[in-house]
Amino acid sequence: MVEFTLPKNSKVTAGKTWPRHPDAKREREFRVYRWNPEDGKNPRLDTYYVDLDHCGSMILDALIWIKSKIDPTLTFRRSCREGVCGSCSMNIDGVNTLACTRTMDEIKHDVVRIYPLPHQPVVKDLVPDLTNFYAQYASIEPWLKTETPTPQTEWRQSEDDRRKLDGLYECILCACCTTSCPSYWWNGERYLGPAALLQAQRWLVDSRDEATGERLDFLEDPFRLYRCHTILNCTKACPKGLNPAKAIAEIKKKMVERQV
Amino acid sequence: MSKRDTMRTPLARVRHLGSARTGTEHFWRQRVTSVAAIPLSIAGIVIVMSLLGRNHAAAVQILGSPLVAIVMLLFIVTSAYHMWLGMQVIIEDYVHDEQWKLTALMANTFFSFTVGLASFYAILKLSFGV
Repeated sequence: MVEFTLPKNSKVTAGKTWPRHPDAKREREFRVYRWNPEDGKNPRLDTYYVDLDHCGSMILDALIWIKSKIDPTLTFRRSCREGVCGSCSMNIDGVNTLACTRTMDEIKHDVVRIYPLPHQPVVKDLVPDLTNFYAQYASIEPWLKTETPTPQTEWRQSEDDRRKLDGLYECILCACCTTSCPSYWWNGERYLGPAALLQAQRWLVDSRDEATGERLDFLEDPFRLYRCHTILNCTKACPKGLNPAKAIAEIKKKMVERQV
Repeated sequence: MSKRDTMRTPLARVRHLGSARTGTEHFWRQRVTSVAAIPLSIAGIVIVMSLLGRNHAAAVQILGSPLVAIVMLLFIVTSAYHMWLGMQVIIEDYVHDEQWKLTALMANTFFSFTVGLASFYAILKLSFGV
């Protein structure tokens, strides 16, 4: 049965309140999820105060500021700091998004609460284990599949056909959509989730690909595809403004089209 | 992820038993019954409203009309079938223990057919005025 409560060892406890900076004039309170696999303790919520006059405006700036000025043990993924790599996805103020593209001003609550992406195993602090997510991406075989001998130059594509990839190719695989989906929470092992399905649609719609039918065969399953109940959390969560729910609907349309 | 599968690679776990090669038909039937249910529910409600407060003889008379009886029968078949399909999806969503899931899926089938057929029989009985 679906678990509606957290297991005992996952219950979040009150954490440490780290000292304020004595000279700070403008501060913002952050409560950040902490969990260390090595200390055998339950996760906790630590409180930090960020000096806004000496920190950039993004949530990621605040996390980096905390890590370098207050607590070097705080662990999170980050790389490009401009919404391209998808590393710093986390749950900020109740919403899955990228820490690098979300400004502190956008958070309406006084306290900024940060958790790892929901319903994934945690490696440490804000780092989720996305092994299953990446395997699901690999399973849709995200590469051009052809049988026609490779041309001397390139696989040609009309401008109109290229335009069909817009809104799909921009996905950075940050997992914000997939981990916001209740259907994925309940059936994440069997349902591929919005990100993998959006990527599947990216290859289904590619005019150069010759494996459309084979790709649809792979998705023809009550769980892999049809666990999507158009809840639309995915579309709401996507920090790149993409529409995974629409991509999934397009796949379902193709499925019906080849049968009816 | 179940513990017994930890030695398998992540991709093997995702591929698992492969595609079930079904799902679209279920999806399509859900949609067809939903669309059919729009006019049939309205008609069904209107017919039931017209029966409110009337006695058995009046009910027999109204349901004696072939048009009314057929609309009600279609309404029952569509609703029971839609209920069966919809409940199956809900069970698959939330019940993960294999034994419980199979039991619930069977119970759902038995319940839907029983309710559907009982209603079907009741309408036929009234319609034929027996």
